[in-house]
Amino acid sequence: MTMHEPHGFLRRYVFSTDHKVIGIQYILTGLVMGLFGAALAVLIRLQLGWPTVPKTLLGEWLPNGMPGGIMTPEFYLAVVTMHGSIMVFFFISYVLVSGFGNYLVPLQIGAKDMAFPFLNMLSYWIALLSAVVMLLSFLVEGGAAAAGWTAYPPLSAVPSAVPGSAAGQSVWLLSMALFIASFTMSGLNIVATVFSLRAPGMSMMRLPLTVWSYFIASILGVLAFPPLTAAAIMLLFDRHLGTSFFLPAGLVFGDIVLPHQGGSPLLWQHLFWFLGHPEVYVLILPALGIAADILPVFTRKPPFGYRGSVYALIAVGALSMIVWGHHMFVSGMSPFTGEYFSLATLLITIPMAIYGVNMLGSVWGGAIRLRSPMVWALGVIALFGSGGFGGIYLGNATADMQLHDTYFVVGHFHLMIGGVTLFGMFAGIYYWFPKMFGRCMHEGLGKAHFWATFIPFFMVFFAQHFQGLQGMPRRYYAFETYEFLREAAAQNGLISILALTLIAGQLIFLGNFLWSLVRGRVASEDPWQANTLEWTVPSPPPHGNFAMPPTVSRWPYDYSVDGVAEDYVPQTVTAAEVAVTV
Amino acid sequence: MTANGMATRLGGGRFRAEGMALGALFGLVGLLGVAYGARSWFPELASRHGAGIDVMLNYLLISTGGLFLVGHLVLAVFIWQGTHRAQVSRRAASSRAERRLSVALGMLMALIAEGGVLAIGIPVWGEYFMATPPDDAVVIEVTGTQFMWHARYPGADGQFGRLRPELIDSASNPLGLDRDDRRSADDVVWTGEIYAPADRTILIRLRSSDVIHSLFVPSLRVKQDVVPGMTPEVMFVPTREGRYEIACTELCGMGHYRMQGFFHVVSDADFDRWLREREA
Repeated sequence: MTMHEPHGFLRRYVFSTDHKVIGIQYILTGLVMGLFGAALAVLIRLQLGWPTVPKTLLGEWLPNGMPGGIMTPEFYLAVVTMHGSIMVFFFISYVLVSGFGNYLVPLQIGAKDMAFPFLNMLSYWIALLSAVVMLLSFLVEGGAAAAGWTAYPPLSAVPSAVPGSAAGQSVWLLSMALFIASFTMSGLNIVATVFSLRAPGMSMMRLPLTVWSYFIASILGVLAFPPLTAAAIMLLFDRHLGTSFFLPAGLVFGDIVLPHQGGSPLLWQHLFWFLGHPEVYVLILPALGIAADILPVFTRKPPFGYRGSVYALIAVGALSMIVWGHHMFVSGMSPFTGEYFSLATLLITIPMAIYGVNMLGSVWGGAIRLRSPMVWALGVIALFGSGGFGGIYLGNATADMQLHDTYFVVGHFHLMIGGVTLFGMFAGIYYWFPKMFGRCMHEGLGKAHFWATFIPFFMVFFAQHFQGLQGMPRRYYAFETYEFLREAAAQNGLISILALTLIAGQLIFLGNFLWSLVRGRVASEDPWQANTLEWTVPSPPPHGNFAMPPTVSRWPYDYSVDGVAEDYVPQTVTAAEVAVTV
Repeated sequence: MTANGMATRLGGGRFRAEGMALGALFGLVGLLGVAYGARSWFPELASRHGAGIDVMLNYLLISTGGLFLVGHLVLAVFIWQGTHRAQVSRRAASSRAERRLSVALGMLMALIAEGGVLAIGIPVWGEYFMATPPDDAVVIEVTGTQFMWHARYPGADGQFGRLRPELIDSASNPLGLDRDDRRSADDVVWTGEIYAPADRTILIRLRSSDVIHSLFVPSLRVKQDVVPGMTPEVMFVPTREGRYEIACTELCGMGHYRMQGFFHVVSDADFDRWLREREA
């Protein structure tokens, strides 16, 4: 079967059904959304670091949110809500999950494209629409949604509860429903592609860990996300059609009794976290898969315990569906349920710890080529081996009583679904940029970017754990009136300086990315001397990827095989040429 | 450039200086991280079950702090060694040996960090949530509204009067207390402050009439979401007299950050006097 390359700019680069174009579209859309998210982070840190200092220039740009340069509390909440929503759903999900997932999965399994190319294009355009809708919510009356990225009702259900719950929350819910529709399509596509389009010889146990991680993450997405679509629509009904899914009797706002009765606010929390917890694994597994695949290339040895890592990914995926209640220990649900969720959460740390040990073991005994993707992948290990421990505090109902909704949580999830994912994403960008664009990124700048990111990143979010131990609540506009937070609040200035340094450091990446697109060294087919299938085709790969369908004879990790001249053996090298090792 | 030339150019050894720098970075992360954390961070303690929570947290800080330190030092050493090596060193004997090692280490880590959860955490959780209240428990109803805390005491009859949402008037009757119910007559409603006697079991029944709030008294190690439509309860024994701050820890709107209150733990006699003055 031959694939006809589409003609015309629009068909090739805009309304394309080619998974590589769609992957890059997702990545670029996600990076732009990431810039918005980072700009919101700047606003948050300016407020927390220097609440009383007027930011005159910003006051001129944002006269409603920051009159006279001082942010209003309602604008702060909208900014926090949008920062979280954008970073989780529109930055990390798009770049790391949908972007790299689309780009890599067909290439790494030896397929010409995804199983459903048109569905793939559709999922991207709906994703773009949902991102635009999310950004537009800043412009509606009352401003953007302000009930947090978790959008707990009644705050998110009653327009008079907070200004963002006027029109902004409806726009937010609409955007989420679109996002989930798109993400479900894209997840189904990845699952179907891995099941049905693997090249001859590409058994499941010869899949790179990257593909495994996308496979598991996509199954989770397909299973866990739709309940939130239902919840989002139910909440829209409560808001506009007078239903009472989440609203009990006797709610009073401004001395007026609302007519709702019989609903339960906790129902929303269950539905939200039924998505929300698998979602964090949907985000983090691809980063862990990418890191685990980059390590062997730059240590020139097979990964430690490949099979164990595969089983760990499967176990984590399965367990992640039954632990959502650990976000709700003090929510008012039954304390017996709390004990169950606590114990289930203990279980999930075991496969995660095994995976972590395997990543560390992959570095052990290697002949390390410290190129920029490797440096970022090592950063993934360091952050995973820091932030991961925070989960043991929070998954433990007893410790969570004190730490719930404090900065400990903020620090923890930033190290994990903020940091492990961010470092995995950058590792992936530095590693696959030559394949995507046919040019290498600048090495020195790539490493400078790492140092400028890792140090402030780690310090900011590590320190926030200890603010949380002091009891500092999250989503607070200011802390001045609290005596017990005097010391914690004083740390905010330094944390803000570090956070702003961190964000400024990303300019190195932006410059490197743009410069390398035009001026980067031209990349060969296999610039890193790696084994997986994408490195057997030209950079960038042509439409249809493989001139001839590849035949796979071995796993992707034959590095430094005894008695072979080269220290790597691509997956397409036959058993007759080099004996199969595993 | 031939593939071999490339291999030499990229090969181990060329990255010694960078490997040492990166190893030093991760090693310092471990060392300085532990040094930063090694002090007491918690707000002062004033409740009985809170001591158990502190033991739990301290256990976690020590166990995970140790694992964090060891993990980073090991990573640093591996990077330092790896960048000084031109060829890979021998691997573990077999993939089965690797699997055994990683499962053993993973289980060990989980056991170290989480053995304490089972041994220390579960009993504290039980004490806090599942004990039956003693007969002499002091029952206080605490209501969160945007953005204030209201305490209500049942008065001499020991019974709370009826509340009706349509009677709520934020200025004069924030809870909507129905004065026609005779049980309401001696109810004491007090805004912004909660008074409670030391060394007695306090049972707090939580209510909200608008959005979800969360009652957080850091020094008492008490945190419980206040969900409209539900009346969750928390039970604890304050052990030290003093004035402790209350904060809200569930986003409840614009004034979330200033939903401050005070929890006064006083002697039995002072508590009775305070309550009588309010009843009068």
